[in-house]
Amino acid sequence: MAQSRNADGNGVPPVGGPGAVSLALTVNDITRTVRAEPRLTLAEALRGPLGLTGTKIACDRGACSACTVWLDGVPVCSCMILAIEVGQRRVTTIEGLAEGERLHPVQAAFVAHDAVQCGFCTPGMVMSCAALLAHTKQPSADAVTAAISGHLCRCGTYPHVIAATVAAGAETKGDGP
Amino acid sequence: MTDEVTPEVAPDVAPDVAPRVETFAAGIVGVKLGTVARQIAPDEPPPLPPNDQLSVIGQPVPRVDGRAKVTGAMRFTVDVAMPGMLHARILRSPLPHARVRRVDSSAAARLPWVRAVIVVARPDDPAHAVLRYVGAPVAAVAAVSPGAAEEALRLIHVDYAPQPFIADMDAARAPGAPSVHDAISLPAGHPSGWPAPQDLPVAGNVRGPAISGRGDIATGFAQAEVIVEGEYRTEVQTHCCLEPHAIVADWRADGLTVHMSTQFTAGVRAELAEAFNLPLSRVRVVVGGMGGGFGSKSSLGTYGYLAVALSRAAGLPVRLVLDREEEQTDAGNRPATWQTVRIGARRDGTLTALSVVSYGTAGVAVGAGIGNFAEQTYVCPNFRAMQHDVFINAGPGCAMRGPGNTPGAFALEQAIDDLAERLALDPIALRDRIDASPVRREERRIGAARIGWGQRHAPGADPGPVKRGIGMAQSLWMANVHLNAACAVRIVRDGSVTVMSGIQDIGTGTRTVLAQTVAEVFGLRAEDIVVRIGDTDFPAGPPSYGSRATASITPPARTAAWHVLRQLCSEAARMLNVGADDLIAREGRLIVRDDPARGLALAEVAARLRTEGIGAVAARSDDYGGFRRRMGDAALAQQDLGGVQFAAVAVDTETGIVRVERVVAVQDCGRPINPLLLESQVQGGVLMGLSYALFENRILDQATGRMVNPNLEQYKLAGAADSPEIDVVILENYQGQSATDAYGIAEPANIATAPAIANAVYNAIGVRPRSLPMTPAAILHLLGKSPAGSRVS
Ligand code: FES
Ligand code: FES
Repeated sequence: MAQSRNADGNGVPPVGGPGAVSLALTVNDITRTVRAEPRLTLAEALRGPLGLTGTKIACDRGACSACTVWLDGVPVCSCMILAIEVGQRRVTTIEGLAEGERLHPVQAAFVAHDAVQCGFCTPGMVMSCAALLAHTKQPSADAVTAAISGHLCRCGTYPHVIAATVAAGAETKGDGP
Repeated sequence: MTDEVTPEVAPDVAPDVAPRVETFAAGIVGVKLGTVARQIAPDEPPPLPPNDQLSVIGQPVPRVDGRAKVTGAMRFTVDVAMPGMLHARILRSPLPHARVRRVDSSAAARLPWVRAVIVVARPDDPAHAVLRYVGAPVAAVAAVSPGAAEEALRLIHVDYAPQPFIADMDAARAPGAPSVHDAISLPAGHPSGWPAPQDLPVAGNVRGPAISGRGDIATGFAQAEVIVEGEYRTEVQTHCCLEPHAIVADWRADGLTVHMSTQFTAGVRAELAEAFNLPLSRVRVVVGGMGGGFGSKSSLGTYGYLAVALSRAAGLPVRLVLDREEEQTDAGNRPATWQTVRIGARRDGTLTALSVVSYGTAGVAVGAGIGNFAEQTYVCPNFRAMQHDVFINAGPGCAMRGPGNTPGAFALEQAIDDLAERLALDPIALRDRIDASPVRREERRIGAARIGWGQRHAPGADPGPVKRGIGMAQSLWMANVHLNAACAVRIVRDGSVTVMSGIQDIGTGTRTVLAQTVAEVFGLRAEDIVVRIGDTDFPAGPPSYGSRATASITPPARTAAWHVLRQLCSEAARMLNVGADDLIAREGRLIVRDDPARGLALAEVAARLRTEGIGAVAARSDDYGGFRRRMGDAALAQQDLGGVQFAAVAVDTETGIVRVERVVAVQDCGRPINPLLLESQVQGGVLMGLSYALFENRILDQATGRMVNPNLEQYKLAGAADSPEIDVVILENYQGQSATDAYGIAEPANIATAPAIANAVYNAIGVRPRSLPMTPAAILHLLGKSPAGSRVS
């Protein structure tokens, strides 16, 4: 579970609310201050005041992983963490994954392998698969399955998601296992 | 989101007068491909040759909106925001059956951040005073934020007078059970007459039977040498679209614009125009990204109506997004069924009689039938189905991926296997005898080879605690076509091409197949085509349900593109001084057929156009050779769609866990347009069927009528780790029936999975799983390893 810390990083939760408070969030390398009620989750803050609607909410209680973003590079369910808990940790969302026009290898592989149907679970899936590739070079199908085991896809993209991520991993010249 | 764009429509080139006869490829590629002559209208394009002679259609083209979906750029309804937009929430009944005596919303309405309140359950209105399921809408609020709306709901005071209720189908059938409906609320039945005809008898909570049949069932059973009989039970499955039901309504003096996560923009527009007494032209329905529907987003719904009414009352745009609990309780579901199947046969397998008696529950709604699977799949002269709807105090069911036929196949395909065993026949050999479809025959042959049917052992023959088995089952679905379907195609002076229609892409790949269809005509690549759909300002779009989208929209897309191409060709013919018929489109150029070095780029020709662009609109014409049946805008093509699926399972007889290790799905959809996307969709159908077979179950608490698992963690869905290896084979089956000869696949891919798994489980353990879901507890119970317990888990 994520730890709270205030701007000084000493672990004391910030005091604020119940009305809107000022909140600085570093998302995709840009720090922005927004006014948000303390009850806002990170997912809601991203989608609302920050206008980053690529992150999706499907269950809003940690059961589907559609809302997956990275906190300091680690995939988390953004519906399960309050925006005020984030502090200085770096948030990476689906909008921050591609480098300009160049897709992340996982994104490119998702398109090539059609690991996308309706696309609603896709941003979360991509974030988890890209995080896997960041620390596991050339992951096996089992490793990908484990990495997306918390994700639900009603369209049934799992086989293509696994194939796409394995292929993306195989293309990266890694030294990993 | 698409902008408002009106296609420029040039009049079609003058039609030739007489219909003409053309020769089309007909048959299954790899089996027997012949030809058929069809008389077609003069403005229809020439026959489209088989895929091996085409360059874009039939190719595994990547999804044209794939990039938008993997970057988060695709805008779904839940992402639509407007200046000043309010957020709505719905207050819902906590009781399964209650009369509302008083609703006081004054405290909520006084809150400064609340802009509109609407009360649905009105004590003085007999049609709305009674709530019949937990989750039924009571009132709705629009406020400045979702949280503010939620707070306002808590200030609405409702005085409920609880009524007796019933939340179990078997108990609801008993004499003296509390009545779910009264004379006012009783649903009238579906006007189409199928699957829930009008004017059926109602006794207590039971409506029906709806009787269908042929021959004489008693005579048939008298002729039988062998009779098998079994009872089968399926549970409620909820749609669980990842994108919740969502709408953004913007009521303005000059008209209404609605963004909605819908499977049918045109249908929602018609419902809105009627409900709010607006001219159709003043209602616009738009959908961009659409996060899954599976049948549950086919109409406006009460929530949709409320969002619009709130926007009208507040004078501001209103967004309403259902939460997951609302999704699970009041957004539709696949009804539960209980079926008794009885089959009579001669010793050689020939069927003499087939009877099905079904009871199903769609909660307070109708439509819990078993479809036409038993009626149509096998040759049997004497058939009778008696289907009943049973009302209970639970949220209304609705169509879900292969409605009727999915539970119907679960029962019948096991009964057919039962019969095969009684006759000591191989299940495939029996089906070869009683199934007249040449397509499924071929599918059985291909699938059997791929799964290793020859290695299949006798039921329960594996020695160890983990027992493996192989099973198969068949699918049957109607080849639906929607005739109120049209497409506009336009080319502008720089040579770029746009295709436009009101049709929506719900994740199936409609944008991509449209791009491929149009690209093929112009000799372009799919990615060259701009696809603008999901907007009722474009020509009429068909619904994306009933597996009819591709069948309905690709023929007019090709026809419209062909009309545009003909105009371009006459322009180019003048420039090149050749006949227009001597030109063909290839790789972005119009070239002279017999002298390919001569030609002009499309852009060069387009640059000479008198106006900025030329376009054509075409509507779905009747299938060449006619339809089997037509009902208003809907029609049934001559042939059925189908498929045969094989499953290999491992059953751990100590834990009861069923693991599906492999599925082979052999499917047909006429002409396959994109094998990559088809593979995705078939995998999706298989996984939804696997999930139905092993996990999914809406559990109602009998003491309170509440769903105890209205979420995505206790309502179990198949995840990646449950996903077997899925081997997909798509037949190319040509009939020469339209400008593309393409039909659908979403539903056929779902119907056979659960019975194939059930037959495989039987083959593994030698005991037949006649109830869904096949949970570990259910399997242990079948094996006599657990105390006789509830059938629920
Ligand atoms: S929306 Fe966050 S886990 Fe489902
Ligand atoms: S692609 Fe539709 S839910 Fe995963």
